[in-house]
Amino acid sequence: MSGTTTAGAPRAPRRGALLDGVRARLRKTPRWAQFLFMTALALLCYLLPLLELPIISTPGTDFGGVLFTVAVYVLVAVGLNIVVGYAGLLDLGYVGFYAIGAYTVGVLTSQHATWPWLLSLPVALGVTMLSGVLLGWPTLRVRGDYLAIVTLGFGEIVRLTLINTEWLGAAPGISSIPAPPSLPLIELPHLDWSTGVPLVDFSDTTTFIQFTVTDPVPFYWLALTLVILVLLADKRIKNSRVGRSWEATREDEDAAELMGVPTFRFKLLAFALGAFVGGIAGSLFATRQTFINPESFTLLISILFLSAVVLGGQGNRWGAVIGAIVVAYLPERFRGFEQWRVLVFGIALMLLAIYRPQGLLPPRRTIRAQQMRETEESLETADPTLVGRVATEDGDVGRDAQEKGEDRG
Amino acid sequence: MTRSTTIWRTAGLLTAAGLALAACGTTGGDGGNGDGGDGGDGGGDCAGVLAYVGPLTGPAANLGINIVNGSKLALEQFQEANPDCEVTIEEFDTQGDPAQASPLVSEIVGNDDIIGVIGPTFSGETAATGPVFAEAGLVTVSPSATNPDLALNGWDTFHRIIGNDDTQAPAVATYLTGIDAQSVFVIDDASEYGAGLGAGVVEALGDLVVGTETIQVGDTDFGPAVTAVNASGAEAIYFAGYYAEAGLLVSQLRSGGYDGLFMSGDGTLDPGFVEAAGAAADGSVLTCPCAPADDEFAAAYEESAGQAPGTYSTEGYDAANILLQGIVDGNLDRASLLEWVNNYDADGVTKHIQFDETGEVAEVVVYAYPVESGEILLGEPIE
Amino acid sequence: MQFQYVLDNFVSLFVGGLVFGAVYALVALGYTMVYGVLQLINFAHSEVFMFGTFATVWALWLIGADTSTMGVALVLSLAFAMVVSMVTSGGVALLLERVAYRPLLKRGAPRLVALISAIGASFVLSEAMGLRGAIASALGLESVLGRYVARSRENLGLPTDRTFTVQFEIFGYGVTNRDIIIVVAAVLMMVLADQFIRRTRTGRGIRAVAQDPETSSLMGVNSTRVIQITFLIGGLLAGAAATLYMLQVGATRYNAGFILGVKAFTAAVLGGIGNLRGALLGGFVLGIAESLGAGLFGGEWRSVVAFVLLVLILLFRPTGLLGESLGKARA
Repeated sequence: MSGTTTAGAPRAPRRGALLDGVRARLRKTPRWAQFLFMTALALLCYLLPLLELPIISTPGTDFGGVLFTVAVYVLVAVGLNIVVGYAGLLDLGYVGFYAIGAYTVGVLTSQHATWPWLLSLPVALGVTMLSGVLLGWPTLRVRGDYLAIVTLGFGEIVRLTLINTEWLGAAPGISSIPAPPSLPLIELPHLDWSTGVPLVDFSDTTTFIQFTVTDPVPFYWLALTLVILVLLADKRIKNSRVGRSWEATREDEDAAELMGVPTFRFKLLAFALGAFVGGIAGSLFATRQTFINPESFTLLISILFLSAVVLGGQGNRWGAVIGAIVVAYLPERFRGFEQWRVLVFGIALMLLAIYRPQGLLPPRRTIRAQQMRETEESLETADPTLVGRVATEDGDVGRDAQEKGEDRG
Repeated sequence: MTRSTTIWRTAGLLTAAGLALAACGTTGGDGGNGDGGDGGDGGGDCAGVLAYVGPLTGPAANLGINIVNGSKLALEQFQEANPDCEVTIEEFDTQGDPAQASPLVSEIVGNDDIIGVIGPTFSGETAATGPVFAEAGLVTVSPSATNPDLALNGWDTFHRIIGNDDTQAPAVATYLTGIDAQSVFVIDDASEYGAGLGAGVVEALGDLVVGTETIQVGDTDFGPAVTAVNASGAEAIYFAGYYAEAGLLVSQLRSGGYDGLFMSGDGTLDPGFVEAAGAAADGSVLTCPCAPADDEFAAAYEESAGQAPGTYSTEGYDAANILLQGIVDGNLDRASLLEWVNNYDADGVTKHIQFDETGEVAEVVVYAYPVESGEILLGEPIE
Repeated sequence: MQFQYVLDNFVSLFVGGLVFGAVYALVALGYTMVYGVLQLINFAHSEVFMFGTFATVWALWLIGADTSTMGVALVLSLAFAMVVSMVTSGGVALLLERVAYRPLLKRGAPRLVALISAIGASFVLSEAMGLRGAIASALGLESVLGRYVARSRENLGLPTDRTFTVQFEIFGYGVTNRDIIIVVAAVLMMVLADQFIRRTRTGRGIRAVAQDPETSSLMGVNSTRVIQITFLIGGLLAGAAATLYMLQVGATRYNAGFILGVKAFTAAVLGGIGNLRGALLGGFVLGIAESLGAGLFGGEWRSVVAFVLLVLILLFRPTGLLGESLGKARA
C-alpha cells in the first residue's frame, strides 16, 4: 500500500499540469493584466463563430449553432455549480428548471399569449426562481443522496407533466416562439478556410445584431453576454458572506448551524439562484430553437449537466465552464464517430473521473486540501523530496489570504 | 516577471493574428463556394447535393436507417441510369432530437451546394427546423413526419409523401366496422405521433370506444393497461404508438389473458414488432398509409442495404426519387427544385405522388397489414 | 380519478404491482448494498441488470428453447437461463467494481466523482450492448455470432411460450403460475441475501465495513474483498431479477436498464437506503403504488405517482420507511 502512495504522490501535480499552470500564472499576474487578458479572451469568444478556426470549428454541423449550445450548457453548468459546487446539494433534476424557463417563455410568447420575448424573460426567471423555492422548501430538509433522488423525481415530474398536459402543448410541444428584438447595424463577414489560408467570405455574413432563424450567431452573442454577466455576478456572490455561508454549510452543516449560519435559508437561496440561472438558459434555448417539446428535457440531459459540473471541478466557476464545453462541444466536434459517440463519451467520463478525480479545474481549496493531505502522507512516510515542497505550499497559502484581504477592501 | 512575459506573448500572438486577418484576401462576392445555382456550373448540367436529416444513431436510429437505405437505393439506381450526373446524399444525424437538429440545419442551409432535403424524419425536428428551411427556400420532402399541424404553418418548402395522422384514423374505423367489431379499446403512447393518431381513432370510432388508456414511451410494464383492457371487455384494441412498446404491450396482453384483435398503426409496422412479441404478435393487424414494398423493390433493397425493407423504406426511396428526377430535369438550384417538387405529379413506389399547396400528398391509401406466424404479410388497401 | 374502476379491479392492479414490485426490489437490493458499504450510488447497476436480460434470452437460444418447449423442459430451461443470467450479471458487476470504482477508491476521489465514473460506465455498458453488431463486424465475428449480434438496437423477445395458466382466483382475478414464480423467487432470493448478510462470516465483514471501513480494516477485514463480494451479490440478484423481468415483460433492449434502474433506486431510497428489508418493502410499495396510481389517474401519470409518493414519504420519514442501515444502524 505505502509503495503506491509514494509512487503516486509526486506524479499527482503533473496531471493536468497545463490547466493548473495557466491558473497559477494568471493568479500571480497584476490585476490590470488579468483584466486585459480576460477582455481579450472574451473578445476572442465573441469572434469565434466568425473566425471559424479550422481545428476547433465543427465539421458537418454549423459552428455558430454548436457554440450557442455550448454557451447554454456553460450557463447551466455555472448555475448548477452554485447548487452542487458551492452549497454541496446534489441535484439530479436541474433540467426541470431549464424546462420551466423554456416553457414559461413558450406559453407567454406563443401558446397562450403573444408577449415579446424580452418581456417574457423576467417572468420566466421569476417563475423558475419560485419553482426553485417551492421545490427546495419541503425537500431541502432531506440530506445528501436522498436529495439527489428527490430532485431526480422533480425533473421527471416536470417532464411527464409537460407530456401529459394539453395546456402546455403536450407531446407536440410549442412552436413559433419569437426571437429577441433585432437591431441590424452592420454586416460582418465570416472567414473561409477551405483553401488553407483564411479568406474573408463576403457571401457568408452575419448581421450585427439581427436574430433570424437561419443564423444562430447573434443568439450565440446574446448567450455569451449573459454568460459573462452571470459569471461576474457569480464571482460577487461567491466572495460575499453568502458564498462563505454556502461553503460552511457544505463542509459541515451542523457546525455551520451552531456557528449561527441559517443553513436552511442559504441552501434555499442556492436553489433559487441555481434555478434562476437555469431559467435564463431555458429561455435562451426556447427563443433560439423557436420550438420546444418535452423530449428536450429528459433525465439524461440532467445527467449531462451534472457531469459538466463534476468533470470541470465542482465549486470552481471556471471549472464548470470547461466541463460544460467538454460535455457540449466534444460530441459535436467528433461527429465523425457517428454511432460510437456515446460510447466514446462514456469512456471519456470514466477516464476523466479516474485520472482527474478533482475535476479538470478544481477550486483552489480542493487543491490545497489535496496537497496538505499528500504532504501529511509524505511526512508520515518521510519522503525527503516532498518535505521541501511544504514550504512553497505555505507561501502559497499566505498569498491567498493576502488576496482575500484585498478583495474585502 | 516571467508571468507577465507570457501574457505579453499571448497578447502579441493575438495582435499578430488580427493583423494577419486584416491582411488576408477576400473571396469576393461569387468566387469560391459561389452562391445559389452558380455552384453547379463546373459539373456539367446535372449535379447537386441532397441532404438527409434525421436519426442515424440513438434509440430511434432504426427508422432513420430505413429511410437512408431507401434513399441510397434510389441514388444507386439513378447513378446507373445517369452516369454523367454527380449527385450525392449527405447524411445529417439528429438522433431524432430537435435540439441537435437546429445547428445541423443551419449548416445545411448555409451550404449552397445542398439543393434538396430528404426529411426531417420526426414531427418534432420538423417543427423545430421548418421555419429555417422555409426562410432559406430549401425544399424538404419528409418520408415520415405525420403530425397534421405541420402542414398548417405556411412553409412553402414543406412536403411529405405520407398521409398525416388524420388520414389514417378514418381508415382504422372503416376497417373495424368492416369486421363488425362492437367494442374497441384505444391505447396511445402520449408521443406526438401516438397521441394525435389515438385521438383521431377515438373520434372516428365514436360509440364503439369502450375505454382509453395512455402509456409512456420507454415504459416496459403495461400491467395497468392490461387490467383496464380486460375490465372493459373490449373485442379489439387499437394501439397508437411505436413498435418497441407495441411488441411488449401485445405480449403482455396475451399473457394477461386478452384474446381479442390487436391493431396498431404505421409506427408498429416494423420487423422489430414481431421480434419483440414473438408468437403473441400473430393475428395482429397493422394499418399504414403506405403501400407495401413489392417483390422487385424488396429484392433490390435487400441487395443494396443487406436487410429487408422496414417502415418508411419505400417512402425514403420515393422522397429521394422526386428530388433526383428534378435534378435530371435540370433543376439545379434551390428555387427551381422547390418549384419542381411543388408541381410534381407522377407515380412512386408507394402511391401516386402530387402535393397540394400545404405540402400534403394528394392521394392517400391506407393499407392493412396482417401478421401471421411471425411475419408481417403484404397489406391490402382498406376500402 | 376513477375510484370505482380501481375498487372493481383492485386485486388485478394490486397483484400486477406486487409482481413488478418484486423485480424492483431485487434490483434495488444491488443499489442498497453498494450504497450501504461504499455510500455511493452505483449508477451502472441498471446495466448489470440489462446484461442479465440479454443473457436470459441468449441462454434460451443456446439450448434451443422455443414456444414448443413445455412442462418440465420449460421449467428446466428457464432455471438454466436464470443461472446464466445471474453469472453474467455477477461478472459484469465484478468487472464494474474493478474498472470503474477500485481505481477511484484507491485515489480517494470524492464521492460525486465516483458517481460520474458510474454514469460513464453505464453509458459504456449500454452502448456496448447497443453496438454489439458494429463491434462484431469490426472484429470480423459477425457471421460467427449471427443472430446474437443482429439488429442490436432492437428489442429482443423471450423465445419461450408466454401464455401462463391461471392457478387460482382471488376475487375474480386469476393468479397465474408466472405471478407466483416471480414473487416467490424474488422473496426467496431476498431472504437468502438477508440471511447471508446476517449469519455468515463474510456477511459480518460486509456489515463491519458498512459501519466503519477504517476500524474494520484495522480489525483485519479485507475491505477490497468485502466490496467485491457486495458487488457480486448485487449482480447475482440483478441477474435473477433480469430473468423474472423477462418472464413478466417479454422483451429487452440495450437501454432497458435505464428506467428500471431509476425506479429501483427510488425503491431503495423509499425503503431506506442501505437497508435490505427496506429495499424489499420499498420495491413492493413502489410497484403497487404505481399500479394503483396508473389505475386511478391513468397510465400516463404512473411515474409521476411514484415520484410524488417518494417525496411525500421522505418528508415524513427523511431516511425512508425502515431507516438506513445495513444489518445495523450506521453512525
